[in-house]
Amino acid sequence: MVKPDEYQMGFSSRKAIYIPFPQAVPCSYILNMADCLGNNPIACGKCVEVCEKQAINYDDKDEIVTREVGAVIVAIGLQVYDPTEMDEYGYTRFDNVITSMEFERLICAGGPTAGHFVRPSDHERPTRIGFIQCVGSRNSKIGRPWCSNICCMNTIKDTLLLADHYPDVENVVFYQDIRAFGKSFEEMFQRSKEAGTRYVRGLPGDIEEDPETHNLTITVENTTSGKIERHELDMVVLSVGVESPKDLAKISGMLTLSKTSDGFFMESHPKLKPVDAPTRGVFFSGFCEAPKDIKDSVCQAGAAASRTGALLNAGQIQIEAITSRIDEQACKNCGACAKVCPYGAIAWEKGHPAVVIEAACAGCGSCGATCQFGAITMRHFTDDQLLAQVRAVLASHPEDKVFAFACNWCSYAGGDMAGISRIQYPSTNRVVRTMCSARVSEEMVLEAFRCGAPIVMVSGCHYADCHYINANRQTVQRVQRLWDKLEKAGVRPERLQLEWISAAEGQKFAKVMKQLEELRKTVTSKEIQQTKEALKPKPKKAARKEEAAAVAN
Amino acid sequence: MIANPTTDDIRIGVFVCDCGLNIAGAVDCGSVAEYAATLPHVTCVVRNKYTCADPGQNEIKDAIREHRLNRVVIASCTPRQHEPTFRQCVREAGLNPYLMEMANLREHCSWVHPGDWDGATEKAKDLVASAVARARFLQPQEELTVPVTKRALVIGGGVAGIEAALELADAGHKVTLVEKEASIGGIMAQLDKTYPTMDCSI
Repeated sequence: MVKPDEYQMGFSSRKAIYIPFPQAVPCSYILNMADCLGNNPIACGKCVEVCEKQAINYDDKDEIVTREVGAVIVAIGLQVYDPTEMDEYGYTRFDNVITSMEFERLICAGGPTAGHFVRPSDHERPTRIGFIQCVGSRNSKIGRPWCSNICCMNTIKDTLLLADHYPDVENVVFYQDIRAFGKSFEEMFQRSKEAGTRYVRGLPGDIEEDPETHNLTITVENTTSGKIERHELDMVVLSVGVESPKDLAKISGMLTLSKTSDGFFMESHPKLKPVDAPTRGVFFSGFCEAPKDIKDSVCQAGAAASRTGALLNAGQIQIEAITSRIDEQACKNCGACAKVCPYGAIAWEKGHPAVVIEAACAGCGSCGATCQFGAITMRHFTDDQLLAQVRAVLASHPEDKVFAFACNWCSYAGGDMAGISRIQYPSTNRVVRTMCSARVSEEMVLEAFRCGAPIVMVSGCHYADCHYINANRQTVQRVQRLWDKLEKAGVRPERLQLEWISAAEGQKFAKVMKQLEELRKTVTSKEIQQTKEALKPKPKKAARKEEAAAVAN
Repeated sequence: MIANPTTDDIRIGVFVCDCGLNIAGAVDCGSVAEYAATLPHVTCVVRNKYTCADPGQNEIKDAIREHRLNRVVIASCTPRQHEPTFRQCVREAGLNPYLMEMANLREHCSWVHPGDWDGATEKAKDLVASAVARARFLQPQEELTVPVTKRALVIGGGVAGIEAALELADAGHKVTLVEKEASIGGIMAQLDKTYPTMDCSI
């Protein structure tokens, strides 16, 4: 069995049984079952025959190991950009166009060529080597606007390595900006220039290959001189960018984390809580939070360990007193609350009142908004408190206001992000904070309309990013019911808006507020009056009877 | 507890923060403070330069004692930043921390409406009115204390995960490191030399 060796970027091969790389930890052979032909004797099974120690067990199965932990450090790293889609650079068409990751293996003493730097087409040593920067970075045309942080310095290092190994080498680096801002970085950049590396400001439009020699020609506009230059090179290294790892969404879902627009994890606060995740007890280390080099990763690892250590040393934590409480007397034993609890924190048996398991309750308020009988009190986010806020905000000139409910973790934080980033929007909005959008009951929305709100917005975390597992699914269902209700009452359903805004989306928060302000202007005072009439609470049956009796008497 | 909050004797103190010019530069804080004084149950209103600084916090504590306040509204920045600060502050003055409410005049108002003096000031008044209305219904709460399992999980065995795990283990904590590949080392193990020192990656 012969397979491309992943560690050597496919430049050499391995078998189905191998040590990943000489310095691997643990440094033992692995049997890659995806490549193995199996123990069917007709297919193979040779390794079992020759292994005297009988170390090979085909029946060994994956095992699920359970560990209880008090804190989690997420250090899931990065993924290197695959430049195939940028066909103008011919990565898949030309042998002598390689990525910076492939360069690492070709220059490494432990690599497939034992550190003798050769080009793939003829295994000859190239002397004219070009480096193209920002391949898959700072390029909004392909949806990758972020700076990958490490590629400038990595290329500078590569040019120095080449100059050191081969004094006759001619390096050319094509760049848009050289970002050499770290300690001793500028000095390295100057050394690279002194070693003869030419830096050309401008990113090449394309690469052509001479089919005979497999040499490459780069055409580039030198933006410093304003002239078009042609460079014939033996080899081109694409300085590829980095991106968040593909496992990020999975981990994000497990730990209820959220990500920024460039796909990396969102921290609690960009300056003041840079290693804390919004979920308590979860910390970030390394690239998965944002592109960073080894030194910064090591620094952040130390910070994450320190934050984790503080939590473990404390030995106990206080749970914010925002949990749910059920009044046994008022509970009608329906169990609706237990069904909507994302945490299974409400115990309920048919015919018995529901009971909250306080240590498991996270305080989202889904149950509180679902209970039809007023039997649930969300501590610190009670109906009374939230309704008082609705009424206070809309007490005067409600017609001029865009009323919004925003969840603490995403949308309210998105509003904070707009503030921190000083992104402006109209001053007509009024936000009331709840822990989760699922806390917003039908009554609260209807009350806002009754108070004369032209527009009401309910906003929460993006669907897969809900801080309370999936509580915002309750929000969707409730808002859909409300849309039906409003339509039946002759109220334009679009006056109730549902928006998902993440903690990182300050720009989106501002954009939504601008849009809602435009929408608000379309709502007439007559419409508001009609809505107030249409949504007047209907007197309950008992009250109606009393009223009728009073009239009769 | 000095004050005994009951529904019939609600005494709210409102503290309006200038935050230097962060808030006062875009919002008429004087007018917000005057407005706050007209709201029901508001017993005292104090305007501070920096409410979160020691002098500002001392003013809150003094006012709680002097005016027998049993609810506190702090009109300053986002509760996502300073709620713990002010909860601690009122606790030190003998008030249950859950009897403190914040109005976000900075991130949600002054920083996003510069140049709209009247609009921002009107909005700030509404945010204070909202916080005061809510404060009337606040109740003291007791927090539940739960033990923390004394073990950490590190997901990912690259340099960032290895370093964090070693650091924690060196500090005497139990750590479980999980890695999806057969060896730890991550992408760094594939590099030859690393900047800025040009030494080996492994």
